[in-house]
Amino acid sequence: MNQASLHRGISLQRIGAMILRYWYLLLSSWPRLLELLYWPALQVITWGFLQLYIAQNANFFARAGGTLIGAVILWDILFRGQLGFSISFLEEMWARNLGNLMMSPLKPIEFLLSLMIMSLIRLAIGVIPMTLLALFLFHFNVYALGLPLIALFCNLIFTSWSVGIFVSGLVLRNGLGAESIVWTLMFGIMPLACVYYPVSVLPVWLQYVAWTLPPTYVFEGMRALLIENAFRTDLMLSALAINAVLLVASFGAFLALLRSARKQGSLLSGGE
Amino acid sequence: MTGNDKASSPPTVAERSSSAAIAVDHLVKVYKQTRAVDDISFSLPRGSITGLLGGNGAGKTTTIAMIMGLVLPTSGRVQVLGHRMPEESAAVLGRMNFESPYVDMPMRLTVRQNLTVFGNLYAVKNLSDRIATLAADLDLTDFIDRANGKLSAGQKTRVALAKALINQPELLLLDEPTASLDPDTADWVRSHLERYRKANNATILLASHNMLEVERLCDRVIIMKRGRIEDDDTPEAIMARYNRTTLEEVFLDVARGRVNGVQETAR
Repeated sequence: MNQASLHRGISLQRIGAMILRYWYLLLSSWPRLLELLYWPALQVITWGFLQLYIAQNANFFARAGGTLIGAVILWDILFRGQLGFSISFLEEMWARNLGNLMMSPLKPIEFLLSLMIMSLIRLAIGVIPMTLLALFLFHFNVYALGLPLIALFCNLIFTSWSVGIFVSGLVLRNGLGAESIVWTLMFGIMPLACVYYPVSVLPVWLQYVAWTLPPTYVFEGMRALLIENAFRTDLMLSALAINAVLLVASFGAFLALLRSARKQGSLLSGGE
Repeated sequence: MTGNDKASSPPTVAERSSSAAIAVDHLVKVYKQTRAVDDISFSLPRGSITGLLGGNGAGKTTTIAMIMGLVLPTSGRVQVLGHRMPEESAAVLGRMNFESPYVDMPMRLTVRQNLTVFGNLYAVKNLSDRIATLAADLDLTDFIDRANGKLSAGQKTRVALAKALINQPELLLLDEPTASLDPDTADWVRSHLERYRKANNATILLASHNMLEVERLCDRVIIMKRGRIEDDDTPEAIMARYNRTTLEEVFLDVARGRVNGVQETAR
């Protein structure tokens, strides 16, 4: 056993072990794989046809081709990114395996890094087919956005990780009774993130709140790209700055909730 | 102070703590209004096997959880293999392991997959060889590629024990290791633990309700009641003190507040 690597720095071997654990799980369960593909495909089909209908009947949408379907794909990156993170975490709670992990040399930061990588893997399984479906059915090529797509994607995935880290901490502290937060918290920010409409639609006072959320910048940036063909670096940099603060804050919250869970003994129970 | 003086003087708390596998000092755990563990202290030498006895709610699991760092003490301190827990847990978690009925191995993963994951978490070298050795030692070969969820209770316990031994721990914490096992499998598990301890000079702390198991395995017994240590000695000394021939009788005396078979309140 490599004693030195057990307590010095971050261990890629331990992160790899956790990814292997989730990979084995995905491969052992076809319903888990199907679930990754099913909902994104359903979303893009529904909203794609709605976009077609509106475009045929409204001049603005005919010009702003793809804003709805683009918003659906980006929203799914945000939502699925968080779910991919949180579901991998919940798998440990459901399996009553958290005690084994917490007693092993695995560090919290390594656990979180493995969940982040798993969220990317799960996202790729669900969203890449979704984008191909959008291309095939509606001739909407999200990859035509080019390099700006990387900026949009990174900002969305950073937000999804921040939310995922925070809600995982809540579940760790409060047990599976807090599980519903995993599924619903992101929908709570959806109206303010202005996924399907510009920020200017909101009352002025609410716009200030909306601009505290990184996804608001991303969806505004997407509309600027699709409608005005302009890449708003100012929006992306603002989102990145807020995301940096959110990631640090969520990690701090996770550690505080983990400590609280140790105080309360909830790592042993993990139940309701 | 001469060399002789130093040799004859009793070891300090710090010296005892650093040489002991586990040193628990005035440990207290309070959950809201419940005092689960109430000012306990003990020290386990390396290579020893100790039984932690007590009824339900005596504080055994909470004590073990604090030793592992899963639960934070309200006050007091714990040292494991010379390191403070949980502050220095990173230095010792790779050298210890545990088995508990409060945790499971992932059900959908096969035995081999589970052992591969945990072997990598513990940075075990030559992992395939180690898994093969454990499979042979613990008789897992017939079902090593079967999902953990499809195993019988006895098979699952052996797999959990394989996970607990994957890193050849210097310190093994076992909470009810033979609960829900038939007598044959339970005996088999005990024999394996005895062999492991002898072969590796490992320290084992065992919480159990099974008095025969404790009598057979342990060279020391700590009896807990309502979060406190009621007695702490060799099984023989404790039985002699209570004027009993089995630990089960002692356990009943302690649980019912009797001394030498007489109800304490009636004396």
